[in-house]
Amino acid sequence: MARITQLKTRIVCNRELAESYRYLEFESSCIAKAALPGQFVNIRVSGTSDPLLRRPLSIHGIKGRRVKVLYEVVGKATGILASKKPGDSLDILGPLGNGFNLDRAAPFSAKESNIVVAGGMGVAPLVFLAETLKKSKTQIAQAETIVLIGAKTKKFILCRKEFEALGFSVRIATDDGSLGFKGKVTDLLNSFCGKTRPGMIFSCGPRPMLQAVALAAAEKNIPAQLSLEEYMACGIGACLGCVVSTRQGYKTVCKDGPVFFGEDLIW
Amino acid sequence: MVRSGKPDLGVRINKLNLKNPVMAASGTFGYAEEFKDLMDLKKLGAVVTKTITLKPRPGNPPPRICETPSGMLNSVGLENPGIDAFISTKLAFLKKLGIPLIVSIAAEESPVEFEILIGKLEAVKEIAAIELNISCPNLRKDKLVSQDAGDTAAVVGAVRKLTSKILITKLSPNVTCITDIAMAAEDAGSDALALINTLSGMRIDVRKRIPMLGSRSGGLSGPAVRPVAVKMVWDVYNKIKIPIIGMGGIMDVESALEFFIAGASAVSLGTVNFVNPGACLEVISGLERYMINNRIPDLSRLTGSLKLCQD
Repeated sequence: MARITQLKTRIVCNRELAESYRYLEFESSCIAKAALPGQFVNIRVSGTSDPLLRRPLSIHGIKGRRVKVLYEVVGKATGILASKKPGDSLDILGPLGNGFNLDRAAPFSAKESNIVVAGGMGVAPLVFLAETLKKSKTQIAQAETIVLIGAKTKKFILCRKEFEALGFSVRIATDDGSLGFKGKVTDLLNSFCGKTRPGMIFSCGPRPMLQAVALAAAEKNIPAQLSLEEYMACGIGACLGCVVSTRQGYKTVCKDGPVFFGEDLIW
Repeated sequence: MVRSGKPDLGVRINKLNLKNPVMAASGTFGYAEEFKDLMDLKKLGAVVTKTITLKPRPGNPPPRICETPSGMLNSVGLENPGIDAFISTKLAFLKKLGIPLIVSIAAEESPVEFEILIGKLEAVKEIAAIELNISCPNLRKDKLVSQDAGDTAAVVGAVRKLTSKILITKLSPNVTCITDIAMAAEDAGSDALALINTLSGMRIDVRKRIPMLGSRSGGLSGPAVRPVAVKMVWDVYNKIKIPIIGMGGIMDVESALEFFIAGASAVSLGTVNFVNPGACLEVISGLERYMINNRIPDLSRLTGSLKLCQD
């Protein structure tokens, strides 16, 4: 696994995307070089003791020496992060965790596809995944990729253009029907799984959504790679604070994950 | 101190010499390997492993941590692979570091387990000391060993007979009178005391009206507990003769100094390792600077140097 670094760096960009959803960009050539899709950074937003802990944020993409992150303002720490300006310093630990596995040789045939399922802010690591799939020469990357994005309403549908620019087809689901299919993104997934048999599902989003994705995947016997979120302290597998139940016992989201195969998880 | 000389940061715990008094605390540093990319581990005064039990322990159900004002609660519950797997998979890396290795151990059901644990550790010459964790709040017990002076004396005394290694007893702050427990551990043959373990605590999700932690309550650590810890170190320092390893919310050299001045001979850094992995090394260099600036030639002159106004 790539070396983990702690560094102080400067914010390049920190702007609003939609209400509480924000985009952050900072410089770090070592993280930019080493990062793999599905990995995250653990950010200390202030030098004071409240908030005390770092906040784990998925890596959304790499642009040269710059690292892109999306985040939602949910509390004090993310509120402080949102108030930071370009040029302000940031204390970063990364890249961390086990990301998406692009080497797993699924029993692929030319007809099979990858389905990417994003819920709300869960879209963040999946853009980085899509960019990597596009460049990758692995077998998995040769299959067509379809992206399903779900959110509460139209304004929270993020990154549609990024996926389309990569040549991937995108379907949208919103709870209120303000854009695309009216309903859950997992309903969209179920309809896709009914029509075709995808070779691999990649997903990130709220826990109930991931559970529904895992269930849909298990019913059709499709492997699913799910990126989980959990309260976290160290981010490097030392405190064992962020565990999830798996068939192999408790595993850390920060080091064993954040990406797990659905078949391994116990909900 | 020679004018140009560096102050002596060395500290002695019975026959164990530490080159400096700063350790990484049990449960916050894994088995050290987790931190190898982030710091020069060889510079630490000592490293204390995550607590090891006889059998593997899966630990408590998640969520296991939540943040609190200037602190955090954890209910990890001593997840560890058990003594045999610790020896076969974790020890090799720790041995190679060449710094004093302190192995933290706990008994789950009966203090008899300490006998078997010590039996397996005694032969490993690289293990400098044993830390008896008789104060973990996450074992779902009605009462901890370290909440009773008699129980503490019995366990420490029994283990004392089994090991020639340095014995450190880690105490709980969740007691009426910590000095009673400290004196019991000293009388029973402990070489040093580590204090404090976490304070019992709880947080509630008011929207769902459920506990924030999977096992309802946990142990509070971080800067929030520091004043409690400093007071306990001061109280205990005035009652015992063996060295105290002080801990509880140390974030930087300033907060470490409070512990030394209150009476600690060494300090352990815990929660801060999650936030700033470089903290231990920053405290070591900061301590040296403080001693130079204040013309303190060796650490023993700092320990317990609290000045009190005469009334």
